[in-house]
Amino acid sequence: MSIKDLFSPFTAWKYVLKDPVTIPDPLNDRPGSARYRGFHKNDNETCIGCGTCETICQNGAIDMLPVNEAETKEGDSGLRPRIDYGRCCWCALCVDVCMTGSLTMSNEYKWVESDPDAFRFTPGIDKKFWDNTELGYQRPDDHRLMAPERIAMGEMEAEDRINSFTEIVDGYSIEQAKLEADRCVSCGICIATCPTHMSIPDYIEAVRDGDYERGLKLLYETNPFSNVCGRVCTRKCEDSCASRHEGEPIAIRWLKRHIIDQVPFEKYREIIGESEPSTGKKIAIIGAGPAGLTTAFDLVRKGHDVTVYEAKAAAGGMTRYGIPEYRLPYDALDKDIELIVSLGVKIVYNTRIGADISMQKLQDDFDAVLLAIGLQEGRQTRIPQSEHEKVYRAVDLLDKITAGENFDLPHCAVVIGGGNVAMDIARSLARLQKQQYGQVDVIVTAMEEQQHFMADPDEIKESLEEGIVIRDQCGPQGCEIDQSGKLIGLKTWKVLSIFDKDHRFSPQYDDSDEVIHACDTVIEAIGQFSDTSLLGNKLTEQLEWDRGRIKIAYDGQTSVDWLWSAGDCVSGPDVVHAVADGHRVANSIHSYLTV
Amino acid sequence: MAYQPDRSQYPQPGSDGKLDIDLKSGKYLKLWQGPQHPGITGNMSVELTVCGDEVVEGITHVGYLHRGFEKLMERRTFIQCFPIVCRICVPEPDFNEYCYAAAVEELAGIEIPQQAKWIRALILEMGRINSYLMYVGGQAGSFGMGVIGQWTTYVRDLMLDRFEELTGARIYHMFILPGGVRDSLPEGFAQRMEGTLCEIEKTMQDVYDAMYCNAVYKKRSVGVGVIDLDLMDSYGVTGPNARAAGVAKDVRKDQPYLVYSELEFEAILGVDSDIYTRSDVRRRDLLQSVDLVRQILVKMPKEGSIMTKLPNVLHWKIPRGETYIRGECSRGEYGYYLVTDGSAYPRRVNVRGPSYTHAMSLLERMIVNLNIADVAGLMVSLHTYPPEIER
Repeated sequence: MSIKDLFSPFTAWKYVLKDPVTIPDPLNDRPGSARYRGFHKNDNETCIGCGTCETICQNGAIDMLPVNEAETKEGDSGLRPRIDYGRCCWCALCVDVCMTGSLTMSNEYKWVESDPDAFRFTPGIDKKFWDNTELGYQRPDDHRLMAPERIAMGEMEAEDRINSFTEIVDGYSIEQAKLEADRCVSCGICIATCPTHMSIPDYIEAVRDGDYERGLKLLYETNPFSNVCGRVCTRKCEDSCASRHEGEPIAIRWLKRHIIDQVPFEKYREIIGESEPSTGKKIAIIGAGPAGLTTAFDLVRKGHDVTVYEAKAAAGGMTRYGIPEYRLPYDALDKDIELIVSLGVKIVYNTRIGADISMQKLQDDFDAVLLAIGLQEGRQTRIPQSEHEKVYRAVDLLDKITAGENFDLPHCAVVIGGGNVAMDIARSLARLQKQQYGQVDVIVTAMEEQQHFMADPDEIKESLEEGIVIRDQCGPQGCEIDQSGKLIGLKTWKVLSIFDKDHRFSPQYDDSDEVIHACDTVIEAIGQFSDTSLLGNKLTEQLEWDRGRIKIAYDGQTSVDWLWSAGDCVSGPDVVHAVADGHRVANSIHSYLTV
Repeated sequence: MAYQPDRSQYPQPGSDGKLDIDLKSGKYLKLWQGPQHPGITGNMSVELTVCGDEVVEGITHVGYLHRGFEKLMERRTFIQCFPIVCRICVPEPDFNEYCYAAAVEELAGIEIPQQAKWIRALILEMGRINSYLMYVGGQAGSFGMGVIGQWTTYVRDLMLDRFEELTGARIYHMFILPGGVRDSLPEGFAQRMEGTLCEIEKTMQDVYDAMYCNAVYKKRSVGVGVIDLDLMDSYGVTGPNARAAGVAKDVRKDQPYLVYSELEFEAILGVDSDIYTRSDVRRRDLLQSVDLVRQILVKMPKEGSIMTKLPNVLHWKIPRGETYIRGECSRGEYGYYLVTDGSAYPRRVNVRGPSYTHAMSLLERMIVNLNIADVAGLMVSLHTYPPEIER
């Protein structure tokens, strides 16, 4: 201790002369910093109510609740997060994990209220004074808790795949599938969107766990066409996937296929379980496509006796005779059908109802009849000279390709249509041309602009890679025929608009922009319709109709009480919708027969 | 000259080793210091038995602040544990965030980006400065110099401003999470930090003049509360409490983590191991941290990734394993022992804070023979935070 120690403390007196350091009016003079984690904001328009914020909240401060301002629609659960500030700890994990970026925080931190319940509020719905604050915590660009990109699916190169009808995509390896499954946040919006409401997050979890048998059981609970849907489903689920908002959707279809690929077929029966005891009721199903066979699958498991009549030599309907093998190999489809048959469903092939057996006989011999005849007939453009023998319907040609029938393979084909069927026939012909002639010469013409084609974007991309020429905004005006009667081309005009202001089909053309697409064959792929002549006059008159289609109730029952209708012929064309229809109709028939 | 009490009139241990204290004799008085008492460091209490104004026995009591964090974490996913660990130690929360994140990263086999390591080190040093500023105010206050605490609280608030602009929060920063850190430095941060550091240095000079060069403070702290060298290992004494006795224990030097091997500094040592030396070691430690913050801001890369790509945190499973992660916080070695069993939840988390040993067993040993008036000074000089005792 020194003498300095006696005097040094008095230096503290200099603080007497200093100004106070406190903020005189902290309520107004002290805003939170630019990235302050203050009160929550939620953009109600961007939010999809996926509930991932609720899942990650470790305090249980967030509840997902229905609100009047948001409606339940595809890709939006209609729920919005309500936050309880009695529990919230402002960790902002909810903001970090938000799948759409709608949830953010303001830099506001002062809020006085006499009602304690007011502190439990729904940001974005309950208007607050900080809703328009610009500053506050937002997820930094470099800080993502979720992987935005999907695991790329391996597929054959264009020059290899064009040589054969071998399946294009490789399927995921176990490691790839686990990584892809890991991206799923299990929000379940996809379940609501899927027509047959598959337990998507659950089977994706099964992939993560490597428990493929559990996965398969979950698939077959809602979809006996899982082999088919694992390859060619229109995957509405992926359009509503929460991951698509700030990245790519989960590859739900490929994960479904992955489960299917991992379980040996011999185990399917054991996993799916036994049917219920026989009820003695007999049901006839017309058409062995996805809708008919799904109904058969459900009914036979409930103990009914099911007979399916199929006009063709093999089952599967459009999935066999419409979808080319490079997209859906026959052995995958065969597995689905074989399983259904193994449960006790009888399929009578090469039997056309209306010709070989009458509807009356079905009515007499069975307790209930289902009409699941699909959309087998191709629509025609009816443009001038389109009745020429070298103008085909796409479905007819696809049918011939599957059945292995001979037909005059065009050297140069023009396809009319921009949907998946157009792509299917174009790509099938391209493969055959490559095999027989060594070169591809197929042109696809469609009225829409290319980005608005009905076809799957992948189909368009792959078609172009395979050497198919796509000409968009081409309205077909007539087939060109030379003096010898030979088809030499298709005449089109440039399309200015397709629909009028009331969204009715009313195409407008620029006739000065005329193109003749040289070809020896024209193929129309502009849609399909049902041939209902099998019903016979009496039944046709007895039934109620709705714009050319048989009128049905929600459960598929027609106005005649023993007859139901399902699948593409009432709701198509789409496989997974047909499967959903099948379940609905099976339930309806089951209650009709047992109650 | 160390303080030597006359023990002749004090109770003797009985055959069971306990002191023979007959309260009815009128010689002794029970006195509770805490849990609500300005002289106690947070929510704990010491049950004192005094004879006159000298303590003959002190029994520490904790449990007033038990929140069961370690158990709560066993029911939370790995990412959900991240917001709650900081609450284990209120005045210096960042070590919890760092140790937990580093433990998870080690068991999950994750390497974090270099930039994230620099920002983590920056945050930890800022946290150490804040913790020391709180300590200095408390140490001064425990010896009657309340105004010092007002000065240090002001500069601590300035540092909290820096925390706020960097992390988005003042106390519970929730910024260091498994995989990296949340964000990079805001524009102009280094410049504003320099202003704050200068202010801290200026204030610490004032504190030095008013407190460290103060006859009263020296009179009461020199030679009081000496931790003998032979207690160091048996009581697990770490940090400034050990370094004030010349024991060079500093995890940053002994087992460098983050970027400490790239920073220039030496462990601050003292000799006398009394209250004064400990407070001086902490003062110098604080100024060293100021220097380290400056070094970090100069040496760290200007940009770079701050976050490793994690698996989906909602169902993140970590393989079976165990690890112990340690770091040098302002009070000594801070450690996290984490056991995982392959599930999405920690199987066991054990937080090893320096306060557990310093504030409980060591204090009981050292409190004997102290004057009642010096009990608070001794407790503060051990620099303990009860929240971290009760995880």
